[in-house]
Amino acid sequence: MTNLKTTTTLFFFLFLIVMTSLPSITLCDEKLIESTCRQTPNFNLCVQSLKSFPGSATADVRGLGLIMVKVMQSKANDAINKIRELQRSAPSPALTSCASKYNAIVVGDIPEANEAFSKGMPKFAENGANDAANEATFCENGFNGRSPLTQQNNAMRDVAAITAAIARQLL
Amino acid sequence: MHYNGYYHLFYQYNPKGSVWGNIVWAHSVSKDLINWKALEPAIYPSKPFDKFGCWSGSATIIPGKGPVILYTGIVDANKTQVQCYAVPEDLSDPFLTKWIKPDEYNPIVVAGPGVNRTDFRDPTTAWFEDGHWKILVGSRRKHRGIAYLYRSRDFKKWIRAKHPIHTAAGTGMWECPDFYPVSMKGTMGLDTSVVGNHVKHVLKNSLDETRFEYYTLGTYFTNIDRYIPDNTSVDGWGGLRYDYGNFYASKSFFDPTMNRRILWGWANESDTKEDDIHKGWAGIQAIPRTLWLDPGGRQLIQWPIEELNSLRDKEVEMSNLKLVKGDYVEVKGITAAQADVEVTFSFSSLNEAEAFDLSWVNAEDLCGKKGSNIQGGVGPFGILTLASKNLEEFTPVFFRIFKASNKHVVLLCSDARSSSLKSELYKPSFAGFVDVDLSTTKKLSLRSLIDHSVVESFGAGGKTNILSRVYPELAVADQAHLFVFNNGTVPIVVENLRSWSMKSAVIN
Repeated sequence: MTNLKTTTTLFFFLFLIVMTSLPSITLCDEKLIESTCRQTPNFNLCVQSLKSFPGSATADVRGLGLIMVKVMQSKANDAINKIRELQRSAPSPALTSCASKYNAIVVGDIPEANEAFSKGMPKFAENGANDAANEATFCENGFNGRSPLTQQNNAMRDVAAITAAIARQLL
Repeated sequence: MHYNGYYHLFYQYNPKGSVWGNIVWAHSVSKDLINWKALEPAIYPSKPFDKFGCWSGSATIIPGKGPVILYTGIVDANKTQVQCYAVPEDLSDPFLTKWIKPDEYNPIVVAGPGVNRTDFRDPTTAWFEDGHWKILVGSRRKHRGIAYLYRSRDFKKWIRAKHPIHTAAGTGMWECPDFYPVSMKGTMGLDTSVVGNHVKHVLKNSLDETRFEYYTLGTYFTNIDRYIPDNTSVDGWGGLRYDYGNFYASKSFFDPTMNRRILWGWANESDTKEDDIHKGWAGIQAIPRTLWLDPGGRQLIQWPIEELNSLRDKEVEMSNLKLVKGDYVEVKGITAAQADVEVTFSFSSLNEAEAFDLSWVNAEDLCGKKGSNIQGGVGPFGILTLASKNLEEFTPVFFRIFKASNKHVVLLCSDARSSSLKSELYKPSFAGFVDVDLSTTKKLSLRSLIDHSVVESFGAGGKTNILSRVYPELAVADQAHLFVFNNGTVPIVVENLRSWSMKSAVIN
């Protein structure tokens, strides 16, 4: 009896040790996130962005694209908030121009990418995401090297580029 | 389509914004293909079979019955695509304003087993052959582009043919397939149902992966319902294109009033979405082009419909103008931002043409390497459109001739890189090779239609055509200029140039 109990306990502990040192059990879905992200310009950012959203573990490639559009929305909001803050303290034509560009991202590119992924027309998701990356780049360029929005513009541009790359995989 | 005295144009349209989305079938009518009246949308989501979207398709005129539109409906949130039909609510309305989608037999075609139901769209105009109506639907399996064939005796019940009419490996999804006959002789168009020894067939596909289209010429074997391209016709990205610039989702139709086949094409914007939101519109249709088979039989020819000439206003003509290297001469007296220009250039000798490197297979790359400012032997010569006075901005459309071992190679280039001082634009160096035999002629012709943010060019009488979208900052309205130029060592003669200010059409 004692031997059986010990064996069982040992076995149980062994099991625990093995299981906690193995990677997560959802191998299939994580492989999809990784293989999808490998085909984007920024693997680490892609994986990190996707994994931060619930549902990414069970999403297909189109679903991953839709999640990235949400990430784009979040980065756009960050930029818009920062722009508003700066417009109060240090308004400038470059800042106004950036406001207009981020408006285009929020009103044009993101809805386009969303609908395109949802409905199954990935080339328009690529189109919208590429434009968003461009708008962020042009906003940054407008400051001629002394931009107060570099962090936000880079973040926007990087997630948009990942989104475009995911759309390309669906073509 | 043309019906009961009117031309009808239907186009994918977003009523809520300047990007793709909320797509409906917008509808405009015209008596002359030039001036248009916009009507209410003809088709928009209203039924279970198109609740999630009304995507593209085609019209067919059924003799004795009238027009039927076949289109792709998105039927669920899982992107399932089905083919549906709509008919005019009231045939006595000359505008055919309202369309209905009967529940009976709708959707007419769904993807069956083995067919990719999320990449299954764009039904073609039907043709009638051997007692059946037949249509194609574009699709793909992995990387193989496919055109499935469906047959029907009554235009209601459709059955998939055992084999697709044609497929091609490695091309990706085939969007907007177009399949039609062309006469082997002459410029007349043919009704889509014509078959026989005196015709060849054309199959055009729009390729999702690269956003451009290509076509092949070949034979439609009616007994087995298969299409086989000629061995001189390349299937895929190395193939012939209607247009080597911004031109996609095109569709042709047969105009029975003048027995011609007319081609429509869509050109999107090359500026930013921010620009589009500000200006309040995005996307244009190219000027309709008549289509016919080149006498050599290896390609199609396109030419702007003749009705466009009705917009020609003040004319300025030049002839026998010699241009040596570095010359650029202004064509004065026309509204250069809204103009039509036809010019024939000649050259006395090809001996000094620069050598052609056989690795130069990509025309756009070659134009990028050898722009209008790079001097050459025979060429570059052509026109500078939408040019600012001091050439800070210009969109050159030009030829450059090369010498290969046993022939000459002609490149037509429409280069947007210098089109605008604005940096936030897509400015490609579009180009295509021109199949002309320079051993028999030492002339090249060019026609360009210039309209503020579009330059639509036709090389060698419509053999190689390029549409480009450009957005100059200086060369705008009456500050835009037009020049002819030569930047090659061999003198070029402008044999004849005719240019016109163009009146404005009534458009949407």
